[in-house]
Amino acid sequence: MIQVQNLVKKYGDFTAVNDISFTVEAGEIFAFLGPNGAGKTTTIKMLTTLLTPTSGKIQLDGLDPTVHKNEARRKFGIVFQDPSLDSEQTAYENMELHAVLYKVPRKVRGERIEDLLKLFELWERRDDIVKTFSGGMKRRLEIARGFLHTPKILFLDEPTLGLDPQTRNQLWTHVKHLNETQRTTVFLTTHYMDEADRVAHRIAVIDHGGIVAQGTPQELKQQTNSESLEQAFLSLTGSSIRDESATSADQLRQVAKMWGRR
Amino acid sequence: MSAIYILWLRELKRYVRSKAQIAASLGQPLLYLLVLGFGLGPVFQKAGNGSYLQFVAPGVISMTILFSAIFSGIAMLWDRQFGFLKETLVAPVPRIEVMIGRTLGGATVAVIQGTLILVVCLIAGFRPVQLSMLPLAFVFMALIAIVFAALGTAFGSILQDMQGFQLIMNFMVLPIFFLSGALFPLTNLPRALAIITRLDPLTYGVDALRGVLINASHFGLALDVSVLCTIAVAFLSLGGYLFSKVQL
Repeated sequence: MIQVQNLVKKYGDFTAVNDISFTVEAGEIFAFLGPNGAGKTTTIKMLTTLLTPTSGKIQLDGLDPTVHKNEARRKFGIVFQDPSLDSEQTAYENMELHAVLYKVPRKVRGERIEDLLKLFELWERRDDIVKTFSGGMKRRLEIARGFLHTPKILFLDEPTLGLDPQTRNQLWTHVKHLNETQRTTVFLTTHYMDEADRVAHRIAVIDHGGIVAQGTPQELKQQTNSESLEQAFLSLTGSSIRDESATSADQLRQVAKMWGRR
Repeated sequence: MSAIYILWLRELKRYVRSKAQIAASLGQPLLYLLVLGFGLGPVFQKAGNGSYLQFVAPGVISMTILFSAIFSGIAMLWDRQFGFLKETLVAPVPRIEVMIGRTLGGATVAVIQGTLILVVCLIAGFRPVQLSMLPLAFVFMALIAIVFAALGTAFGSILQDMQGFQLIMNFMVLPIFFLSGALFPLTNLPRALAIITRLDPLTYGVDALRGVLINASHFGLALDVSVLCTIAVAFLSLGGYLFSKVQL
């Protein structure tokens, strides 16, 4: 379903993604794990047409997303790591806008929006402007929105960041359900190893832009002689802490905070 | 089509909901209209050019549309930083539709702003020569709005941060306004200024509005319309192209 060959992304001298290759089979839940700044999000951005790779080949369900952008976009849905809601619109309007962009048939639109908002306990607040929401509620809305259409491939970029255990449980239950009933292929990143251990069929560990190990959770544990996936992860990537430099986006968020906008 | 509509609607909703922004964006045109309109009035009259308020009103309306339209495009900066842009860029919708929806939304908001200022002008004592030409005035307001909303989208597609915004403000938007003849007549200008004003797209917008509102077009409506339409097509193509190249 997803095929990546020798994928490279360079920003000037800095190589964010260095010659990675992997394959995700149809109906598989694939976890992409790595420390901060390892290249996870950059990879997802290239897979989802937001970034053009420096070199290498990608295929999503047989389509090259760098060439057939629109056709490829029809194949997947994505929950981003950082916010992507329109904070000036209500929860319902955000869902509706998404439904229109993704061409969810009008007949099922209202019903599906209602189901998902209820599932993630936002139905009561559906007519409130998103900027009045707490961080957790925004996150829940992002996730509910990601499930609104039923794509063949679902990208989840650290979907559980900042979620309470209840919502986290709700999320993974739903993901597993989609995977089992619709055979949705899931590509996810997370920092919570227990989650990856619980839901992923296969895992790739990425560090400094390169893949350092691939296999089932069991295989990774055996490979590293570890009892838990967390241990396996640490022995594969080392225990030093990584720093990501602030991007212009982060700087602007600071300015925005200062001026009290949103 | 539905994607264009929903993105257009979004721009409108955002506008209607930000009351403070509406008020703030009307402040500057009001200053120009009232302070210049009444302050320079006597001098203008003595020079034998008639009422300055009559003369400057179409200019101030154009200015309102210019600022509002360009800022709507640059507001993409916020969508980029707050993430909403991503949501539209990964959607299975041709980017050109996303761009058109946003641009038309911004243009519509700009026309509404221009209309509000037109009403203020009427209250302040501005009198269009022929009321029957008023509908045509809206056509030109829409044209100006589309030209600059498209330009704003082009800027918004390249800009990464607030510093770039200042650059555009000081070296693009303000010159476009001041060199457009919004505040002064185009007759008897020094040669250099005469040439520069003719390179400014807004000049033709202001001129067309003067043509229909106070019957004082310098170039003639036919030329104004052809220039504005050509530039609209050019800027829409430019905006569409740059927007299609946006990477996040």
